[in-house]
Amino acid sequence: MLAFLTDYTLQNVMIGAALIGVISGVLGCFAVLRRQSLLGDTLSHAALPGVCLGFLIVGTRSMESLMAGALVSGLMATLLLIALTRHTRLKMDAALAIILSLGFALGVVLLTYIQNRGGAAQAGLDSFLFGQAAATARADLYPMAIIVAFALALVVIFWKPLKLMTFDPEYAAVAGLPVRLLELFLTGMIALAVVVGLQMVGVVLMTAMVIAPGAAARQWCASLLGMLILAAVFGAVAGITGGVISALAPGLSTGPVVVLIASAIALFSLLFAPQRGLIPTYWRRRHRLGHTSSDRVLLTVYELAREHGDWSYRVEQGAIDAYYGMLTEPLLLALAQRGLLASAQHMPDEGPHWQLTQDGCEYAASRSAQRRRDWRLNRASGSP
Amino acid sequence: MLVDPIIAILLTGALVGISGALLGSFLVLRGNSMLADAISHSILFGIAAAWLMTGQTSGPLQIIGAALSGVLAVFLIELLTRTRRLRDDAAIGLVFPALFSAGVVLINVFARDVHLDEHTVLLGEIGFVWLDSVMFAGIEWPRAMLAMTLMLAIDGVFVLAFYKALKLATFDPDSARILGLMPGLIFYAHLSLLSGTAVAAFDAVGVVLFIAFVVVPPAAAYLVTRRLVSMIALAMLIAAVSAPIGYWAAVWLDVSIGGMMALATGGFLLLAYIWRRCRDGHQRRINGVQAPPSSSA
Repeated sequence: MLAFLTDYTLQNVMIGAALIGVISGVLGCFAVLRRQSLLGDTLSHAALPGVCLGFLIVGTRSMESLMAGALVSGLMATLLLIALTRHTRLKMDAALAIILSLGFALGVVLLTYIQNRGGAAQAGLDSFLFGQAAATARADLYPMAIIVAFALALVVIFWKPLKLMTFDPEYAAVAGLPVRLLELFLTGMIALAVVVGLQMVGVVLMTAMVIAPGAAARQWCASLLGMLILAAVFGAVAGITGGVISALAPGLSTGPVVVLIASAIALFSLLFAPQRGLIPTYWRRRHRLGHTSSDRVLLTVYELAREHGDWSYRVEQGAIDAYYGMLTEPLLLALAQRGLLASAQHMPDEGPHWQLTQDGCEYAASRSAQRRRDWRLNRASGSP
Repeated sequence: MLVDPIIAILLTGALVGISGALLGSFLVLRGNSMLADAISHSILFGIAAAWLMTGQTSGPLQIIGAALSGVLAVFLIELLTRTRRLRDDAAIGLVFPALFSAGVVLINVFARDVHLDEHTVLLGEIGFVWLDSVMFAGIEWPRAMLAMTLMLAIDGVFVLAFYKALKLATFDPDSARILGLMPGLIFYAHLSLLSGTAVAAFDAVGVVLFIAFVVVPPAAAYLVTRRLVSMIALAMLIAAVSAPIGYWAAVWLDVSIGGMMALATGGFLLLAYIWRRCRDGHQRRINGVQAPPSSSA
């Protein structure tokens, strides 16, 4: 185990993977919350021509030049995206898909251009498609670490405006923040995350590293700070595990393994997170359903009808659901089966509504009177 | 004659472009362009799984099987969005990388040293389509071209037969629902065909470049015209013309043919963009007021 931890290559892989996980987790949270998850997809595909150009200009496969190239093409992609959505009637989704596919096409063309001109140095360029963790050298880690530290420092410095931009861009604009500049800034940060991940995860799959940790963390946390920290941890765990697995099993590309682990974390969070998880939510609903009597629901409909002075008043199912904090449809159906409620249509495009039947009205009235009697009796006798 | 290298390459490229543009027009108009991205990445899982089960990557069964994984992706995305734990963009971004990764890992583990490797799947090799030929209807066809021809025929029949329903489902899904045209079903049928077309096209242009043929020509046409029929026709024309332009540019520069064909569609988008900007500027001068840009839809 100790030998495992001190192995030089594995050390590099683990440090690099942790760096990628942290930066993409943290910056991805903003993208996920701002509904711009697919920006990472576009920027990572569009980084490929930058990588190739960086290689063409410098002539060797040095990490700094490739990162610089990727960053420049990421910024170009951002500017094109803005030009397309602001000056034409194309929507964001079309602009994203256009830049993604054309950027990647340009990258492929440049890649074949480099390959067909030979040279042993080009051999490693292919690995930027899917990432190759084992190819990480200690020297590659320094520029990555510098970028990560820089990006995290920016997040700390601009914490307040970023938070405001994320949750309430309208208010941010009204408050006089340079919204467009901040948007550009956030997009640039995602480009930074992509650049760091190029070496190990590759351009095709960096998108998942931007989205999965943030989406997973969102299920556990309700505060931005907690979400960022958790996303960084998730990202690092996925990166390290995947990086080590692929470094130990030759022939496995790193990117896909890392992404599968990150996706598994996201799936687990969606299913099991205590507050928002699907399974805990389901159990809570079932529990409440078992502890709510259908008569109580009937009385709610009855009281609503009485308040409105209309015994055939139509109550929206969604309103009852919201009132009880659960799906009340089974109870409503049971009441309908007993002939106490009838389903009613209010307007064609609205959800289901329910109204009292004659029987239901009488039954609810007697139940209501009985309840009131009980209540008065209890109060008079002083029992709790 | 069809197995002549240049004819095979040009026709296959044009077929990929035309069928992509035909289906892509509705996708772009509906605002779902990134589903093309999701589908074309996700089919890699289907291609790998179908290859594992049957040992073949081409053939009708394989196309259907692989296309199912594209439909699976759309289904999973909807499922995730419905839980309301994620927005639709995050759902897309979670589902397709996972399926794509699963496909790459399957290939990495099981398919070493065979012609199915992840770079071919990603980039395609349209330069070699003429090498693999089959007999069909008494003529020798390159396999990829035959698959594309049949897919284009199916796509064309579908669009012609359900044109009204497609149009209404695209522009006004609510009315389509009220009229009983089942926009949901149309949506899934459309995406299934897109998925099948992507599978047929992956041999030639790879899964990522296919996105360019689906989205870019319709987007360029959308900038130029406002009528659906002329938009589809123009998109198909752009896609068809991009194939020879891309081919000759690629041969001249000695680079990837598929990539150059995709870039050629980008050239047309640039032309459309310039044309639209000039026209808008002209319109503003005529009106003499600062009219809002025709965009911001």
